[in-house]
Parts: sequence; structure tokens; C-alpha cells
Amino acid sequence: MNTQGVVLFHTTSAALRAEKVVLKANIAGKLIPTPRQLSSDCGIALRFDWSRVDQVKGVLETARVEIAGIHPL
Amino acid sequence: MIYLDNAATSWPKPPEVACAITEFLECAGGNPGRSGHALSIAAGRLVYETREAVAELFNTPNPLRVIFTQNGTQAINLVLKGILRRGGRVMTTGVEHNAVMRPLRALEREGVHLTIVPCDREGFLSLTDMERAVQPGTSLVVVTHANNVTGTILPVTRVAEIAHRAGALLLVDAAQTAGVVPIDVQDMGIDFLAFTGHKSLYGPPGTGGLVIGDRVDVSTLEPLVRGGTGSRSEFEEQPEDLPDKFESGTPNGPGIAGLGAGIRFVKSRGIDVIRVHEVALTGHLIAGLQGIPRVSVYGPEDPECRTATVSLTIEGCQVSDVGLRLDEEFGILSRVGLHCAPAVHRTIGTFPEGTVRLALGAFTTLEEIEATLAAIRTIAKS
Repeated sequence: MNTQGVVLFHTTSAALRAEKVVLKANIAGKLIPTPRQLSSDCGIALRFDWSRVDQVKGVLETARVEIAGIHPL
Repeated sequence: MIYLDNAATSWPKPPEVACAITEFLECAGGNPGRSGHALSIAAGRLVYETREAVAELFNTPNPLRVIFTQNGTQAINLVLKGILRRGGRVMTTGVEHNAVMRPLRALEREGVHLTIVPCDREGFLSLTDMERAVQPGTSLVVVTHANNVTGTILPVTRVAEIAHRAGALLLVDAAQTAGVVPIDVQDMGIDFLAFTGHKSLYGPPGTGGLVIGDRVDVSTLEPLVRGGTGSRSEFEEQPEDLPDKFESGTPNGPGIAGLGAGIRFVKSRGIDVIRVHEVALTGHLIAGLQGIPRVSVYGPEDPECRTATVSLTIEGCQVSDVGLRLDEEFGILSRVGLHCAPAVHRTIGTFPEGTVRLALGAFTTLEEIEATLAAIRTIAKS
């Protein structure tokens, strides 16, 4: 199985927005409970395939979605 | 029954609104933004969908600058109490609803300087008067897009220019226009748009919100309420992130989902289509009323200059008697009195007696207007 990554957010609204942006760019993403070891900022995080980290960063930046961090799992 | 009280709340609602509320309760019962499980995320998604629908409707690029509130009044209070401080200056018009006037009068007692620019008897605002009245140091201008008694539409874009030239931000009360008169916060220069969900957006009561324009530095706006947001839970200080800063406590998820369905109804029918329908019926109603002896109609004659809200009085009749007869004898539901807007009634010369208000909506028909005119003719004759 490929390494997974997660994007962390300050707000749920940002996470939900990011999910839409990522899916629209045809990148598989799933909202999951934020892994406690990473952050407690916001209850949900966006999981994706780490091989696409650059694309994920790119589309979120273009859509100006504010993120709290991006990490491999 | 003929429902002509759409300026208070619209009725009926499109059937999809009730469906969306039920769907939220049955299929997405979690607390949005509080947990990471499927039902919480499903609830969060429905709330977010509405946030996006609002942003698109009013043409603001960032849905996170849409703040949900219980109603338009709360959105207005958020801005007024969030920005105005002792010694500060605020300017408004003579045709504001008590949703604006009561918080402003309270702030005035706390030492905020309030300037009110009077309007003419049709409810129009003179831009020259406004330009003359604007004081240096004014931080906020508050203007209704259309008042709730005569429906007179004010030139928001021009008011924004005056406000911005004076260095002030502009708050627009769109309770009577959101969903039926096109609003583009960027084009019109609106810094704060306060809207209600249950009138021309056809959502349920208990919904509304505030759109915050790009020009606003949100660090200068204090929240009305502080509390849990589901974010940055390790801190006991309110977060600065939007929309959380202004959305403490569990939101009205079912209501917001219903509001989303209401907005989708408005978009699918088309704001312009609804507006053309209402303008045509309003013109017909005004022309008919003007032909009835002893009836006075208030506000501009041209229906293009107003919303579908028409105020009238009948010489020699108490407005409460007219309202009661319309209801009991003809099944026509109106609203009589001062409509929470004493300032407007003073402006049009109907204070303290008030008027009979007939407020049309997207579902009002020509037959209903004909029946209403016949009823008013009968009452005015007796």
C-alpha cells in the first residue's frame, strides 16, 4: 500500500472546502478524524495518497485554502 | 387563503426546503465540525454546501467569509457591536428597521455618535444630503437595501462610494431584498451584507447570516458570542479563523440545510424571473389601489423602484380593523401597524397609526391580487 498523507486545517469549514477542491482536481481524498499525534486544531483532516503531495499543495494554494500543515502518515 | 405577509416571512416554502431539513435530521444527524465521524462530516458538508451557495449568490469569492447567524438582526448586531466603540461615529438613514435602530440607540447611550440622514416621503435617500452629513471620522455607514414598509430600494452602490470616500465601511441590511433583488457585494462595494434566510431566500426561520467583504480586516471585528467552535480546542481564547471566530456553539444545521434548498430554488427559478413576476404584480396592485376612493398608497409609484411590499391606509378606517376584515371575511393575511419600523412610518407620515401592508412573494398569483383589490374595494365602500 502506498504511503498516505494528511492535510491539517484550523477550521472544519476549511477542511470541507479543501475536500471539494481536491476531488474536483480528480485527486482521491477522504476526510478522517485528525490523528491526535499531529494536531488538535480541528477535528477532521484530509487524507490523500502521498505520491500526489505536490498536486494537493498546488490545488489548495491556487484555491487559497488555508492549511495548518501537511504530513505523511 | 391568500398569504400577503411575505415581508415578515415567506410562505409557502418550496417543498424541497422541508425535504432538506428532514434529510439533515435523518441522514446527517451529527454535530458539524465537532467530531470526525461520518455523521458529523455529513452534517458539516451540508452546512458547507449552503455556505458556498450563499457566497455564489452574493458573488463573494471566499465562502469562509460567510458567517451563519440566527437571523438578519443578529448579523446586524454582530457588526454594530463588533466595530463601534465609545467616541466613534456611525451614519445611517431615516428609513431603518428597529433591527438597526435599537442597537444603534443603545450604542449612542454608550457614547457612539450617531448621524441619521432623513429620507423623503416616498422613502428615497438624497445622496447630496448624505454626502453633506458624513462626518470626518465616521467608521461605519449603515443602510437598508429596501425598507420593509414601502419597499423603496436605495442606491447602495452610490452610498458605498460616499462611505468609502469618507473612510468608512458599509453595512447593508438586505432583509427585504436578498433573493429577489440582485446583490453583488464586490460590484456594489458592500463591506458587510446582513441577510435573513426566511424571506426571499425561502429558507426556514432561524437562519440568516453575514457576508464579510474583502476590504474588512476581521481582527477589528469583535465577536458577539464566544465559545466552542470545534477548532483550536487547546486554547481558552476565541480563534481568529473564519468562520469560527463568529460562529460559536452548535449551529442550526437543519435550518441551514433548508436555507441551502431555498437558495437552490431561487437560483433554479432565477432571481430575475422572480423579480419580473413580483414587479408586474406589484404594479398591478398599486394601479388598482390608486383607483379606489379613500385609499392612500405609500412609497414610489414605479414598481421597479421598490420591492413587492405595498403599504396603504383607508380614510376613516383603523388599520387594525382593515387587517381583521381582510383576514376574517376574505382570508387575506396582511400585517398592520408599525412593522418594527417607527422611523419609516415617521418618514412617510403614518406614525403612530401605521399602515396595512401587503407583501407579495414568488408564489403570489394575479388572481390573488385581483381578489385582494376586490376585498379592499368592499372595505373602502363600507
